[in-house]
Amino acid sequence: MGRYLGKRLISTIPLLLVISFVVFMFIHMIPGDPARLVAGQDATKEDVAVVREQLGLDEPLLVQYGKYMKGLFTGDLGSSIKNGKTVVETIAPRLKPTIMLTFSSMIWAAIIGIAIGIIAAVFHGRILDYVGMIIAIAGISVPSFWLGLELIQLFSVSLGWLPTSGLETWKSYILPSLTMGAGIMAVLARFSRSSMLETMREDYVRTARAKGLSESLVVMRHAFKNSLIEIVTVAGLQIGGLLSGSVMAETVFSIPGLGRLLVDSIQMRDYKVVQALLLFFATEYILINLIVDVLYGVINPRVRYE
Amino acid sequence: MAEKLLEVKNLRTEFKRDKTWVTAVNNVSFSIQPGEILGLVGESGCGKSVTSLSIMKLLARNSKISNGEILLNGKDLLKEDKKGMRKIRGREVAMIFQEPMNSLNPCMRIEKQLTEAILLHNNFSKEEAHNRAFEVLKSVGIPEPDMTLKSYPHQLSGGMCQRVMIAMAMSCEPELLIADEPTTALDVTIQAQILELMEDIRAKKNTGILMITHDLGVVAEMCSRVVVMYAGRIVEEAPVQELFADPKHPYTQGLIGSVPKLGSGVESLPSIPGSVPDLSVMPKGCKFAPRCKYAMDICHQQEPELADINEAGTRKCRCHLLNKTGKEA
Amino acid sequence: MADKNTTSNINLAAAEELPKAQSKFKEFVKKFMKRKTAVISLAFIVFIILMAIIGPYVVPYDPQAPDYTAMMQGPSVAHIWGTNEYGQDVFSRLMVGTRLSLTCALTATIIGTAIGVVLGLIAGFYGGIIDSLIMRCCDVLFAFPDILLAIAVVAIIGQGMVNVMIAVAVFTVPSFARIIRSATISVKQAPYVEVARSLGCSNTRILFVHIFPGTIQSMIVNFTMRVGTAILAASSLSFLGFGANVTEPDWGSMLSTGRNYLNTAPHMVLFPGILIFLTVLAFNLLGDGLRDTLDPKMN
Repeated sequence: MGRYLGKRLISTIPLLLVISFVVFMFIHMIPGDPARLVAGQDATKEDVAVVREQLGLDEPLLVQYGKYMKGLFTGDLGSSIKNGKTVVETIAPRLKPTIMLTFSSMIWAAIIGIAIGIIAAVFHGRILDYVGMIIAIAGISVPSFWLGLELIQLFSVSLGWLPTSGLETWKSYILPSLTMGAGIMAVLARFSRSSMLETMREDYVRTARAKGLSESLVVMRHAFKNSLIEIVTVAGLQIGGLLSGSVMAETVFSIPGLGRLLVDSIQMRDYKVVQALLLFFATEYILINLIVDVLYGVINPRVRYE
Repeated sequence: MAEKLLEVKNLRTEFKRDKTWVTAVNNVSFSIQPGEILGLVGESGCGKSVTSLSIMKLLARNSKISNGEILLNGKDLLKEDKKGMRKIRGREVAMIFQEPMNSLNPCMRIEKQLTEAILLHNNFSKEEAHNRAFEVLKSVGIPEPDMTLKSYPHQLSGGMCQRVMIAMAMSCEPELLIADEPTTALDVTIQAQILELMEDIRAKKNTGILMITHDLGVVAEMCSRVVVMYAGRIVEEAPVQELFADPKHPYTQGLIGSVPKLGSGVESLPSIPGSVPDLSVMPKGCKFAPRCKYAMDICHQQEPELADINEAGTRKCRCHLLNKTGKEA
Repeated sequence: MADKNTTSNINLAAAEELPKAQSKFKEFVKKFMKRKTAVISLAFIVFIILMAIIGPYVVPYDPQAPDYTAMMQGPSVAHIWGTNEYGQDVFSRLMVGTRLSLTCALTATIIGTAIGVVLGLIAGFYGGIIDSLIMRCCDVLFAFPDILLAIAVVAIIGQGMVNVMIAVAVFTVPSFARIIRSATISVKQAPYVEVARSLGCSNTRILFVHIFPGTIQSMIVNFTMRVGTAILAASSLSFLGFGANVTEPDWGSMLSTGRNYLNTAPHMVLFPGILIFLTVLAFNLLGDGLRDTLDPKMN
């Protein structure tokens, strides 16, 4: 187990380094002169020079990279060109709404998605299976921003039950997390179903039945526990995607989170902030993958006792 | 005949394939007495496993038992509801399977898997259940029961897993044990040990065993009587010595003829030409006729009955060659 | 020419192969036709593609013609899906917009698939360093999950329809490379590939003549589903304001505009959304149907 963990940790480090490099190169991959782009077409040469200095583009590439890497380890990611605040100051207050949204959507999506998957597998080929799978494929196909808008139209505009935007009360979280979670719920429902169908065909499930266990114990204790190992993996990967998936929901519901910040920063060409956000999302995704892998080892005895 | 532990009468099991019902087991009848080992022999696909799953009522959802009776100590299992069946499974009838490694839950310790059935069928405390699990593991010849209880299946060998399966099956002292190819997936030396263990259990607990196998060696070693199945039907039934000494049905003759014998000096083994017919396109007459070298016109026209062929009624055969006279034609 | 014999042999083999392949295709069609949802989806997709081609000639209104006497009207007999803020007919605009939205999604998916397939084939076939290199690159791209990769690409190359297309294409590459790589590895071990190798076929020939056809099944299925994803991604980017800033109608930008009038004219959001939803649904259902038909092991 220790070796397994160590191996996974070590294999993550080069990936993180490569990604930090790719994100560093981000500004340099912009076609043309990024400083000119930021300063605007009618800016004077002096203005452009100032912007270039602000972005640190006037120094040799290697020096820039050295400074960037040093900044990463000291937590200094530069300053936003637009509002003068440091990048860390810009991002920090945006963290909480996004994380809250991610977890509230993950929780309902996982519970409902897995439940639909199990029910569909148990009633394989019958009406409940079809209903479950119709819900699932609809959830995968629905554009999340449209779903959000229709939810606002129904629950906020027509019925007046829930707020249209902001994050003042717990009620404000309901619609955004429904919007964000729909796709994940659907993915988990489909995956749990196929995983459960496979597990239910296993010999040990037949053994459990031959013992005289009730069908619900057979399904939950024997089949589901084995499927759960795979389901947790898939669910974990979805959390990683969710954080950045908040872009759509935060735009629709005007929530001051990281996703909205990313879109705004791209539109304002605030490259330092964009860079930091991309790095944050990618790192977070890789770290969550790592945690999921370790968790997989913890719940799967075959890996645990290697 | 003495009292019967299990009596299967005219069992007919069908399953749905492409919207039509196909008969997998047709008009199968046999019985087992307490302490008796009955062999159920045939090629794969002949319906022997379906027969065993029918007894447990563990058939897949697309299957149904459309006719017959399954009497366990005189009680018809087919009339039991789901709840009643659950009380019988594991307690009165237990089952072990072909792939011991796959038949144990990979993410559950052996202890949990054993005590689960013990707690279900007995009014035991957890400690009593643990002690019983320890005892049964010891009784199936596992050297360190404590270690094994704490293990996961993947930490055990195939032979150990099958011992655990047998321990699990015997943990509630069932009267009938159904063993579906219990040694097929194991090494030859382990096979012998497992068979010995089962014989031992039979002798000690007077358990009736239905031994399902395609291995005539296992049959010769273990069983007192044999039922031979072909294409979902019983083609021959006989005490084991008589079957090997004097097989009546051409199919049985073929089966026995295709087993190598030590010192017989035969260069090539005879095999039965052709293959088992598909269940949905069965020949009209005798199901074996297309592969039978003795086939007569009548064999292709009319299916023979399973008829008594000796005075004592211990031997039965389904063949036109014997039917009319009771002797070989 | 010593080749003559071989050629005629090949022709013979091809002649034998042909009726077999035809009957195989017939069997596939027969099996596919039994899956009603997939057939209906296919019909819907055909309709949408037809609209993309002939839409501008058959719609009831000029999609660009404003009508200031009928602004933001709800669905009526004259305008079945209502009108927008300029009084333009929503139905006509959506049908004409099919061309832009579908072209964008299809082109992006085709480009992304082509690159992904080649990378996947090479990685799976050659293995070793090439494989690790390609797969590590995919890992890096995968670190920007879902729509984030497309957003990052747009952030680099800027906004606009073509750039959205490139972004969606890039976003298609890594998942395809992975799928085709694993398909290639499993085909590589098939006996007929061993035979080809033992007959002395060159690597390139083995790769494209023997292995590539073996991966086509998973390619078709995944392509179909990725078109759905691409439509979603493209319309999401459009909605976020990264799309075309042109007057030509496009599903995502129509929805985005409609958002400003959600209180007064909800139909401006409802109908574009339904159309995107149904189209993506159709591609996904078709993909499901194809998978079930091609691979009976599933389900």
